[in-house]
Amino acid sequence: MSNPDLLTARDIRKSFVGFKALDSVDFSVRAGEIHALLGENGAGKSTLIKVLTGVLRADSGTFELNGDPITVRDTLHAQQLGIGTVYQEVNLLPNLTVAENLYIGRQPKRFGLVDTRAMHKMARALLADYDIDIDVGAQLSSFSVAVQQLVAIARAVDMSGSVLILDEPTASLDRHEVELLFGVLRKLRDRGLGIVFITHFLDQVYAISDRITVLRNGRLVGTRETASLPRVELVSMMLGRTLAAATEHGRRDAPPHSSRRIAFHDFGRDRSIAPFDMTIHAGEVVGVAGLLGSGRTETARLMFGIDLADCGTIGIDGKPVKIASPRDAVRLGFGLCPEDRKADGIIGDLSVRENIALALQARRGWLRRMSTSDQTELANRFVKALDIRTTDIEKPVKLLSGGNQQKVILARWLATSPRFLILDEPTRGIDVGAHAEIIELINKLCDEGLALLVISSELEEIVAYSTRVRTLRDRAHVGELTGAEISTGSIMQAIAADPGGAK
Amino acid sequence: MRKFMPGLRKAAPQLVSLGVILFFNWLAFPGFFDLRIQDGRLFGSLIDVLNRGAPVAILAIGMTAVIASKGVDLSVGAVMAMAGAVAATMTVAGHPPPIVLLSALAVGVACGLLNGLLVAVLELQPIVATLILMVAGRGIAQLITEGVIVTFNDPGLIFVGTGAFLDLPMPVVLAAALALLAVLVVRRTALGMLIESIGVNRSASTYAGINSRLLIIIVYAFSGFCAALAGIIAAADIRGADANNAGLWLELDAILAVVIGGTSLLGGRFSILMSVLGAIIIQAMNTGILISGFPPEYNLVVKACVIILILLAQSASLGGVAWLPRRIPAAKSKEA
Repeated sequence: MSNPDLLTARDIRKSFVGFKALDSVDFSVRAGEIHALLGENGAGKSTLIKVLTGVLRADSGTFELNGDPITVRDTLHAQQLGIGTVYQEVNLLPNLTVAENLYIGRQPKRFGLVDTRAMHKMARALLADYDIDIDVGAQLSSFSVAVQQLVAIARAVDMSGSVLILDEPTASLDRHEVELLFGVLRKLRDRGLGIVFITHFLDQVYAISDRITVLRNGRLVGTRETASLPRVELVSMMLGRTLAAATEHGRRDAPPHSSRRIAFHDFGRDRSIAPFDMTIHAGEVVGVAGLLGSGRTETARLMFGIDLADCGTIGIDGKPVKIASPRDAVRLGFGLCPEDRKADGIIGDLSVRENIALALQARRGWLRRMSTSDQTELANRFVKALDIRTTDIEKPVKLLSGGNQQKVILARWLATSPRFLILDEPTRGIDVGAHAEIIELINKLCDEGLALLVISSELEEIVAYSTRVRTLRDRAHVGELTGAEISTGSIMQAIAADPGGAK
Repeated sequence: MRKFMPGLRKAAPQLVSLGVILFFNWLAFPGFFDLRIQDGRLFGSLIDVLNRGAPVAILAIGMTAVIASKGVDLSVGAVMAMAGAVAATMTVAGHPPPIVLLSALAVGVACGLLNGLLVAVLELQPIVATLILMVAGRGIAQLITEGVIVTFNDPGLIFVGTGAFLDLPMPVVLAAALALLAVLVVRRTALGMLIESIGVNRSASTYAGINSRLLIIIVYAFSGFCAALAGIIAAADIRGADANNAGLWLELDAILAVVIGGTSLLGGRFSILMSVLGAIIIQAMNTGILISGFPPEYNLVVKACVIILILLAQSASLGGVAWLPRRIPAAKSKEA
């Protein structure tokens, strides 16, 4: 790899109010390479891409293109310099034709009018380079997401042509479509383009990238050759832990299997999560570990009826049941504390009291209103039991701190006396004190005979409360650890394992 | 009693505004507060304000529920025209008043159901979804009346618009009864809380097991019902159905009444009684401008200025401008 650096960014800093999104990050992409940019949520990938493509201005730092210093003024300027971007959500116009999308803003003209025939000819020739043979006069939306993605790439390469940045291009593609896309990317690489590829799929990183750069918490962790970077080391770079230090073992033993159980069999949804089997017994905490985008949240959404499974069955205590909506799930005694507390959890303007009473009230139906005094009694009980810190249960819940909001949502479900609780990142974004309290609460609920599924990026946390740990990778359940096998090291190994089993 | 005082304090800006407007009305027309009973019915400017404000008040009752669910219903004016057209043509065709009334109300509910389906199931933006019927509805009303003003003389139907009950004009009685009924249903059942919950955060409400789709449909159907009732009153009042002008622009007055009453267009907390108060304020202003002898071309300008003042006063009482930005962070994107 002796190719010269095509685009170099040095000592990039970018702060938003209150936090550093990028702290002295160096990044470079060479001509003729595919460079994977990795990191967990909030690592700074998006910010770095936005700085490179002129969406945001860096606070400080220098950029060089082909050795010449440059200042990217805005997105248009970035395109003129040769830096093209394709976003996860295709940013084309679905109601225009393929040819119009390729040439919009620069259509070939004849006597002042758009020369459609010439444009179609050019579009066909352009797409032929990518082995795509489609009707360029048809509406873009009539084609699959993969084809739309390729059209977006073709447009970006045609307009910019030296650096191509792909922000999670494979997120909504199936396996075959990913292969198609990779074929195109390899061809572009051989043509001498520098390609930056952002993804959460480790298998894809190893399948296509030449080098890998890992960011964490706005800092550069390192840039390495893909061929010489073992998967386990990559995962530990991303999660910020070394294997040597990660020897902590689980403390909890699995309870005796009771007949009270929830069993998912061959449960899955296309493009979301591969079919899996899982049985959760009362009094058990099943931890779910995997990198972002590995299918953790998808598993939760499927179990709770937010997304509908296209295959599989559910049984409760041996009896088959159906879940077609969150309502069905709630009726069966399920509860879900969602990952995005603000968007899917709290009802910000309503009071703590109403937020706690909400799920129970929804289950009773609108006709059987809980009286205000019942609601107050319920809310006071849970505010005390979970030590929710609020001056007043009539306070809008949005005024509470993150940890206390999380407890309010937990209280909302506990008020329905659930049999099965799914907690998706229950400790994200909450302070240390509340963090410990929530973990303590998880252990207590488990002892009381609740079945729990807890998704978390914090491996120590999972080790601390799980009786079993399910590991996920690339949208499939790939393994399970029980009892003494559970440690942060073994979890990391499982997350990183090569699907071929060679390593 | 314990709950009554804070409620009164919250309503202070609106009550003060109404008081000031009534005071100016009295200055412009000293006989404004005079009341007299004639032919078993109360008469007077004050009663006139209530009577003429009733259709908008009824629209505002339905609109409050829709806006609380983070929606808006632009079609209510057109639904009024349709319901009036149906009532008039059926009366002319010789159907008895009960059948006529039920049919007209059913038309309103059906329109509301259509709006609700578009918003809840097809997930169209409420403003677009109800704009469809706002435009098409008036056309349909014209088709029903075959382009003419259909007049009728059926005393039963006319009673709805001009009759009296307990000395009070029927429109006032109907609006008051509907408002009380709506408040009872919404606050004695869990409907109020569930609608507010959906209006604040539909996604989280669905996660909590609320059937948000069904509730949204119900809310729009209720708004359609209210619009039909208002349409029947408007038609009965003039003893005819004028498809071109019945309810014209009243959807905007209804939305304004809700906003003056303090329900946020962003959805969530709502008060039906306050919206009714808002409708009365609007009508008091209309009547005031009319009797003050201002040249009619100034009417809308004066009205706009007064409304701006009311909204400013209201917003200051809610913590002033600081109240606005507080809602915005919640809507910001989640990606860091």
